[in-house]
Amino acid sequence: MEHLSALLNGLSYGMLLFLLGSGLSLVLGAGRFVNLAHGALYTLGGYVGFTVCNEWGNFWLGLLVGPALGAAVGLGMDWLLLRRLRGGGRELDQVLLTFGLALVMADATRAGWGGDIRSVGAPPPFHRPIEIGGFVYPSYPLVIIGVGVAVFVLLRLLLRRTRLGVAIRAAVGDGEMAQLAGVPTGAVLSLTFALGVALAALAGVVGLPRLALAPGRDFELLLLALVVVVMGGAGEIEGVLAASLLVGLTDALGKLYFPQFTAAMVSGLLAVVLVWRPEGLLGKRTP
Amino acid sequence: MYGRRFSRRHLLRLGAGLAVAGMVGCGQESEEAPTPAARRGSGPPVRVGVLVPTSGVYAALGRDLLNGYNLYFEKAGFVAGGRPIELLVEDETADPNTALTRARKLIEADRVDIFTGVVSTSSAYAMRDLLHQSRTLSVITNAGGNDLTRSRKSPYIFRASFTSWQVSFPLGRWVAEELARRVVIIYADYGFGQESRAAFRESFVAAGGRVLDEIPYPLGNTDFSSVIDRIRAARPEAVYGFASGSDAVLFLRQFVQAGLRGRIALAVTGWTVEQDVLRSVGRDALDAYSSLYWAVTLDNAANRQFVEDYRRRYGELPSVFAVQAYDGARVIAEVLEAVKGDTSDPDALVRAAEALHFDSPRGTFEFDPVTHNVVQNIYLRQVREEGGQVVNVVVKDLGRLRDPG
Repeated sequence: MEHLSALLNGLSYGMLLFLLGSGLSLVLGAGRFVNLAHGALYTLGGYVGFTVCNEWGNFWLGLLVGPALGAAVGLGMDWLLLRRLRGGGRELDQVLLTFGLALVMADATRAGWGGDIRSVGAPPPFHRPIEIGGFVYPSYPLVIIGVGVAVFVLLRLLLRRTRLGVAIRAAVGDGEMAQLAGVPTGAVLSLTFALGVALAALAGVVGLPRLALAPGRDFELLLLALVVVVMGGAGEIEGVLAASLLVGLTDALGKLYFPQFTAAMVSGLLAVVLVWRPEGLLGKRTP
Repeated sequence: MYGRRFSRRHLLRLGAGLAVAGMVGCGQESEEAPTPAARRGSGPPVRVGVLVPTSGVYAALGRDLLNGYNLYFEKAGFVAGGRPIELLVEDETADPNTALTRARKLIEADRVDIFTGVVSTSSAYAMRDLLHQSRTLSVITNAGGNDLTRSRKSPYIFRASFTSWQVSFPLGRWVAEELARRVVIIYADYGFGQESRAAFRESFVAAGGRVLDEIPYPLGNTDFSSVIDRIRAARPEAVYGFASGSDAVLFLRQFVQAGLRGRIALAVTGWTVEQDVLRSVGRDALDAYSSLYWAVTLDNAANRQFVEDYRRRYGELPSVFAVQAYDGARVIAEVLEAVKGDTSDPDALVRAAEALHFDSPRGTFEFDPVTHNVVQNIYLRQVREEGGQVVNVVVKDLGRLRDPG
């Protein structure tokens, strides 16, 4: 029983990491853009979800409003600032700019929502645990798993079956070549960035009943997002999913068997993956 | 928890948030706290160095402390002992090294007459020698690690807040005698959490209780599901725990989501269900027992006045941190009255602080002359819904507690 519940804990935590990491990975892969404000955008989404929840009493509405607003913020950021710093070789500029943005956003959210801890309860009917035989388990983590699976399927459909997806994949593969072939790279990259921010905001809302919002949470989550993206590979949705689930399960089983060493086990996992598969978990070796 | 009336309070808070941001916006430099127009004192101002976190994970706590200081000093017109009082506020942050640097600036560069604040116990330990060697009267208003008034005590350091022992020791006996014999302990795995666990365990086991499992978790934890699985597996009658801030919020939320509320009783340290946490979790904390030296509903004249004043000034219920700073401010003011504003002799200030005795919102307030830690009553409280608000209600007075030193 303990094992089953640890397994589910790991899966739901992993799915949350996937929601968080997939957006960062897309932006990094397609736009070659290092977005260190990703954690701050997660918390922004969370705070918006929190307000919607309290204002209109509807968590599910927050699940729509948060990502929509995130996409709008993403487009705005991209149009105002980021598009000026696109392209390879400008990583340091990007890091400085987005790190600055992350600090500004951290202070702005604190000004708007205060430094208090913010959280909401799980929305009914998922506020109660489920009981099957003697096995009792909270139901909300299953919702997280469901949302994660749905987002994964939709992202895959988007990337494999739509023109935008083809364009994004072309940009991931070789931006210059894609541009030469007539792909409107600028517009594609703007849309990808908006999608990435919307995913961060979605993760923020979905995570709200499990992870409270408080000052400092943005950088903790940025770190986790970077871990799964580095392990999974930039622009590799499948790789990020595998990495997220691996980190989630390591964390949950680690807490069960070696509670003192959980943090070390996750870092160790990252080190092993980096040595064993530097191109990402499911990545192909590039010559 | 949905459909909470929100819009007006939210707007108000947004406004307050912007105001705080404006105040803190100037960043690292010290700044004078807003003083009312009437400044009656004469002579040069008494410089009071206030070190509280205005950024980082403890920012909300720092804000409550500043509110407490300002509320008291405003009432006193920023005058005590015939001299005006000037507050120099520095950001403690969550990092002991930064905190030490800022404390050094206050004491060595700004040459403050009196020092107060300090949220983190590690920061307090880091600056202990600085405070001691500079012979600065220091009124600590949070940091509660036992040793600051035990093996590392200094004649110049007074603690107006608590020790970990004071809060958890009386709770252990009560739980064993009145609530549950089979208990699981959870605690944040750092100094203060370990001390709390030891204090609880000592009196709980002595009174015949059995600890089924002890579960440490890392400070700033994000996921309590494995902790909750272990609790469920141990089948206790009650859980004792120390968690604060976002840890407490997450633990309580997940405890409810796992369906344990109502099956397993909670008897925790007061901070785990204090106002800052209740504002976030609301009814998810209902029925939890806890021990602390104050409750918003504590029935005495000083507290009724304090809660009323605080509400009028800040538009929300005070937390225990505001009380600590409010009392700290009063200690400073009364010491200055006793020495008639003469701050030249640090030892005279110490003697004046040792002799203090007043009615605080938490009951009778005095310092132990041996350890310089506050001697105070500890109350057993329970989270209940009263008049539409979720608050702690005092169930029993667990007696007057003097840290053994």
